[in-house]
Amino acid sequence: MTPLMKSWAPPLALLALAIALSFLMPFNLAFLTRILIMVVLVLSLDLVLGYAGIATLGQAAMYGAGAYAAGLFAIHVWADPLAGLMIGAVAGSILAFVSGLVLMRTQGLTLIMLTIAVAAICHEIANKARDITGGADGLRGIHMEPVLGMFAFDFVGTTGFWYALAVVVVIFVFVALITRAPFGLSLRGIHESPDRMAAIGVSVYWRRVTAYTVGGAIAGVAGALSAQITQLVSLESFSFTLSAEALIMLILGGTGRLYGAVLGTLIFMFVHHWAAANDPFNWLFVIGAMVLAVVFFLPKGIISASAGLARLIKGARHAGS
Amino acid sequence: MTDAGLRLDNVTAGYGPTHVLDRVNLRLEPGERLAVIGRNGAGKTTLLATIMGLTKLHEGSLTLNGAPIQGLAPHKRSALGLGLVPQTRDIFASLSVEDNLLSARRGDATLEEAYALFPRLKERRRNGGAQLSGGEQQMLAIARTLMTSPDILLLDEPLEGLAPVICEQLMQVFEDLASDGRRSVVLVEQQAAAALSFANRAVLMANGAIVHDGPAAELRNNADLLNRHIGVSLNA
Repeated sequence: MTPLMKSWAPPLALLALAIALSFLMPFNLAFLTRILIMVVLVLSLDLVLGYAGIATLGQAAMYGAGAYAAGLFAIHVWADPLAGLMIGAVAGSILAFVSGLVLMRTQGLTLIMLTIAVAAICHEIANKARDITGGADGLRGIHMEPVLGMFAFDFVGTTGFWYALAVVVVIFVFVALITRAPFGLSLRGIHESPDRMAAIGVSVYWRRVTAYTVGGAIAGVAGALSAQITQLVSLESFSFTLSAEALIMLILGGTGRLYGAVLGTLIFMFVHHWAAANDPFNWLFVIGAMVLAVVFFLPKGIISASAGLARLIKGARHAGS
Repeated sequence: MTDAGLRLDNVTAGYGPTHVLDRVNLRLEPGERLAVIGRNGAGKTTLLATIMGLTKLHEGSLTLNGAPIQGLAPHKRSALGLGLVPQTRDIFASLSVEDNLLSARRGDATLEEAYALFPRLKERRRNGGAQLSGGEQQMLAIARTLMTSPDILLLDEPLEGLAPVICEQLMQVFEDLASDGRRSVVLVEQQAAAALSFANRAVLMANGAIVHDGPAAELRNNADLLNRHIGVSLNA
């Protein structure tokens, strides 16, 4: 296999899997679309936490900001889906930038607590501004125009699924390009040794603010996508549970690896779906057991199992020859 | 005497409230080769860290080409031409050799120049930082700092723990780097003989202070001073 084929094989395989699932589960397109939206959110978290090492439990703040901004924009200004995504990205990035100016001056536990606080403040603002956001009832009345003026959102969710898949592909390529550029390399350097990166000329603070802002824009896109496809924005968009679930998905798949983010989301969502359907009261036990197993046996995430398997096969081949 | 070069005046610095350097005065001319020697704990590493802005400055001033730099963050000092190769090397383990170099690239620096200086790094460019030997890690740490195009290269015990043949290779690289006279090199080293043969000036540190500053050849021949402060005699 040539290096070019090697680098294209995994994303094409994932794309083929998504398309295959849409045919295998034609009556579960809403669920598959929900997975795709979560993939975008977890990719944003991977950039922030996995690459830049910014510990956060408040990524839902930017997701919620994007969702409400896109919803309000669609209701009051223009219901074009792509324009709405842009608005979601702008809202997420502005919130991330403004809060990041303060948050990125802190580290560790303080940082985690402050990110939770930012999401909680946003949640409360959305709750209180009932006239604008709908409060606890959620923001309703979002009716989107057809995507590109051609593909209207349908009841079954076909357009929503393909639209979300297209957004996932674009975001995945965007994040892959960022992480392979010198900017992304410097983020990984900052993650490993901030002092060393500073000593080789990188402004650690501004790099972290930039990474947080870009991650916020992507989370905002995820929120906007959710608002457009479900035609509803609830207070849950800002919830701690959403941030925590995104973190669990990332840890399951493997932090600092884009395929890990995708794989973790897929596995979490499917296990969640299956476990909750079989036992609506104790499904969290299954998720907890899965997280424990991964943390103990695959501390670098499920994605690292493939490398281990490849080593085993290589070893077996050597032993056999 | 011009303002060019680096100047430390009455510098007292350390980590937090601790004072490690005690009223240090030092001047480094452009293109100069300076050796800094002393026992463990003499303050050599802290001296370089203070120049880079990685310690707390309690008193004194630092100027680079006549401009004060004591209030500047490390990344700004790096942008002004200071480059530190740390004793701990701090290779980014999750990045490949090439990505380690690219993460620091600034100005006209190219990968080809780095590989010309250290051909071994080119052979291992796809390997992860954690997969390198000690010598290769040191080469990478030096090459990565050179990617920032420094005018003043600060080397903190680069020969520590390396095989003699690697030490010889690295000393030859330092010779090459300093030979055109455009770049100043400060070499902090426990191997006093190697450091003093490389440098044209040397300072001897003890208890956070500079106790001798003069031509390297003069210090090399001062058995009494060397014996007293680092416990070796190079003429023996």
